[in-house]
Amino acid sequence: MDIHFTADQPSAEEKAAVDQELGAPETGWDGGQRHVASDGRVAFGGHDAGSHRHKLLPALHAVQEHIGWISPGAINYISQRLGLPPAEVYGVASFYQLFSLTKRPPVVAHVCEDIACMTRGSEEVCRKLENKLGPAGKPCMGGKAAWLRSPCLGLCERAPAALVSAAGKSPRERVLAPATADGIEELLREGIDGKLPAESDALSMKASIPQAGSANLVLLRRLGKSSATSLDEYRKSDGYEALRKAIEIGPEAVVREVIDSKLLGRGGAAFPTGKKWEALLNQRKRGRPHYVICNADESEPGTFKDRVVMEGDPFAVLEGMTIAALATGAKKGYIYLRGEYPFAAERLAHAISAARKAGLLGENILGRGLNFDIELRRGAGAYICGEETALFNSIEGYRGEPRNKPPFPTQAGLFRQPTSVNNVETLINVPEIIRMGGTAYAKIGTTNSAGYRLWCVCGHVARPGVYETPFGGTLRELIQMAGGVAGNGRLQAVLLGGAAGAFVTPKELDVPLTFEGTRAIGATLGSGVVMLFDDSVDLKKILLRIARFFRDETCGQCVPCRVGVVRQQETLERLIAQKPLGTTETEVRMLREMGQAMRDASICGLGQTASSALESALNRWSIFS
Amino acid sequence: MSDLAPKPLIPVPRGPVPEAPPPRKRAMVELTIDGQKVSVPEGSTILDAARQLGIDTPTLCFLETLAPVNVCRVCVVELEGSRVLVPACSRKAEPGMSIKTDSERVRLSRRMVLEFLASSVDVSTAPQFPGYAKRYGADPERFGSKAETVAQPPKIDNDLYVRDYSKCILCYKCVEACGVDAQNTFAIAVAGRGFDAHISTEFDTPLTNSACVYCGNCIGVCPTGALMFKSEYDMRQAGTWNESRQTKTDTICPYCGVGCVLTVHEQDGSIVKITSPLDQSVTHGNLCIKGRFGYRFVEVEKPRKK
Repeated sequence: MDIHFTADQPSAEEKAAVDQELGAPETGWDGGQRHVASDGRVAFGGHDAGSHRHKLLPALHAVQEHIGWISPGAINYISQRLGLPPAEVYGVASFYQLFSLTKRPPVVAHVCEDIACMTRGSEEVCRKLENKLGPAGKPCMGGKAAWLRSPCLGLCERAPAALVSAAGKSPRERVLAPATADGIEELLREGIDGKLPAESDALSMKASIPQAGSANLVLLRRLGKSSATSLDEYRKSDGYEALRKAIEIGPEAVVREVIDSKLLGRGGAAFPTGKKWEALLNQRKRGRPHYVICNADESEPGTFKDRVVMEGDPFAVLEGMTIAALATGAKKGYIYLRGEYPFAAERLAHAISAARKAGLLGENILGRGLNFDIELRRGAGAYICGEETALFNSIEGYRGEPRNKPPFPTQAGLFRQPTSVNNVETLINVPEIIRMGGTAYAKIGTTNSAGYRLWCVCGHVARPGVYETPFGGTLRELIQMAGGVAGNGRLQAVLLGGAAGAFVTPKELDVPLTFEGTRAIGATLGSGVVMLFDDSVDLKKILLRIARFFRDETCGQCVPCRVGVVRQQETLERLIAQKPLGTTETEVRMLREMGQAMRDASICGLGQTASSALESALNRWSIFS
Repeated sequence: MSDLAPKPLIPVPRGPVPEAPPPRKRAMVELTIDGQKVSVPEGSTILDAARQLGIDTPTLCFLETLAPVNVCRVCVVELEGSRVLVPACSRKAEPGMSIKTDSERVRLSRRMVLEFLASSVDVSTAPQFPGYAKRYGADPERFGSKAETVAQPPKIDNDLYVRDYSKCILCYKCVEACGVDAQNTFAIAVAGRGFDAHISTEFDTPLTNSACVYCGNCIGVCPTGALMFKSEYDMRQAGTWNESRQTKTDTICPYCGVGCVLTVHEQDGSIVKITSPLDQSVTHGNLCIKGRFGYRFVEVEKPRKK
């Protein structure tokens, strides 16, 4: 393939940003100075020339972070460095919300206006920003900054939230939560003046985990108690004990313990973790590389548990992954972290390098012949990349479009090799299972929902935050644990499982928060979101925001989802404006039909659940009549 | 061999030429479609099996010569034991599968897909659409006149093709034909996301500025007329395009020695476009710029004015 470039040239800064990420180019063929004597007159292609595609997302990040936007010249340079067609690089870059392909001021505030923040005054914040700085997306403060409306930033326990990023030679990112218009303006000003502090935010663990320090905690026992940056403190509180034991008992026994524990995935799909690992273990003799991936692309509106865990106990995530690697025979692991989590990124990067230094990652771990290393990957603003096959495409440098299943990831996942994808919360359960034994773990909770669960309690609740309980309690108990209903104190609805979940009414508070309990009332636990709405909230507005969320976040690959989410939003808008086409009944019937087609015919879980919150509301209330 | 003759780079093997191994016998897979048993070779898709039974399955993004991308979802069928419907074009047949191709669920999804497409895209030049819409009772009007569409002015930036993306259903075929499935030029890709996803060159630069080599293979696979020969586009604009007055003649391309089959479309004594049959073993429907567009020399030149 002969790559064709437009005439646009990269600037020196753009080149430097890319080279800092990829290393200096080796020859004239991949973007360096041309020396005919050493480069020759023929470029040798083959597999090697096309084998750098997985570095595309980091390279695009580098330009965005250093320059503030990605120009045609930068696209050309990245294409040349990686041997990729510029049209495809453009296609990938334009997929991600955090990348700007038009010139944009270097300092940008992403202001969350998603459902959890809506209950805590985000509309007011946005209105004030409009008055102070002008409309969202337009340059302000002398053209040096801009503010944008953003989907959920995963800071729901301290809503309303904002994230400020300042591009430049030393890029900076700060979160502000709870955010005020004045606070955001001040951070933008500091960003413009280059005064944003280099050290990251120190978010108080006590504010995110109201239970912190309680003796009953298992998964969260270290958070807020021992330092998240000290490997020694982690080891002193049983850290890496489980890995030692796992190496002792060997991969087969580890898989057996995890199967015995009845651990189900905590990301939303609730697939048995042990089964996934067993599928990889059984393929060990085929000689293909295996991968383990920690899915940390937590983007479901209202979900923030994984963020809190990664910020407060990053070594536990690494230990869980290392045990997974031992069990599945993987030599390489990836943590795919959502782009909006700068603090978690820093904590994880620090933990990875500390673990490497201490011989807990890399070659010959603990001197026991185990080889495994982890690479941290940051997403760039795409909810869909939390879908496991979209996540593979994103790491590989393609657009984050889900693949059709089968083949399943355990057969053909990352780089088409056997892959196990596990959520952050799932992985931190693993060391506990190994320490206490699978059968003992299975006795915690209920028969079909074993173990501990983290809940993201937010919205109109007195003490929002991450809560840990063994499975089996009811929704009412959890709400009481979080201090009861806040706002005006009169509960209207609870959203379980996030935007892809379902609404329940105050009459259903005695539902047991288990996989089977929620299924019985037509709801889901999803990612553990429990979002409360008092009766001052206009549920129609919440439904419309959810519809708009899916419209913004669908990848656009398959027709039912790409067009369905748009038609769903339009129909809702007409119903809310009380201008139905035909009657309200025909509109509602149409919504049901769209929901059915999206659920049945979409490629992935996004389209299949894009109507579920709306339909659960239609089932429970006669909202539109 | 004289001393002057160049030595072959690869030594010529002595002895008899080894025979090619016999083709591997493919195991047969038996499944049930709409109550009828059917047996297909391993690796076949549900679509293959349905076609073998004479069941007509609608397809839009599928083409025999391209890798299935299963994005249009108009071919979905109901597979017993599966939570969701499955795409017939890409799902491999497995032993014991039980499939319904015309159940209520299947018909609803197919109808909705057709309504979604026809309400957001101009399908007036998509030959398959009217038949499908009638078959499934699709009524795209029911989303109202304000339903959002992808309408936009056509892109006319060169003398050979017109790209009218208001007719694009995003079937990915042109991207596949421009990329690894045929041409390996990679001038176009899918850009943007969601309803705003679209086919584009880098930064939407004009085709003349892009990697395009004007092979026209993207036009050859486009199912809706979003990509069109300029000759056809101009005639349609002028109202002179009339397929009933056209003849199609197969011939061999006069340019190089590859021997591509050309189908010459003629109307009123002039060549109006050139295509190639999909089932042709040399081209699989693909041509190069010369075969596709270099036909004007055939037409009698008008006498030059003195």
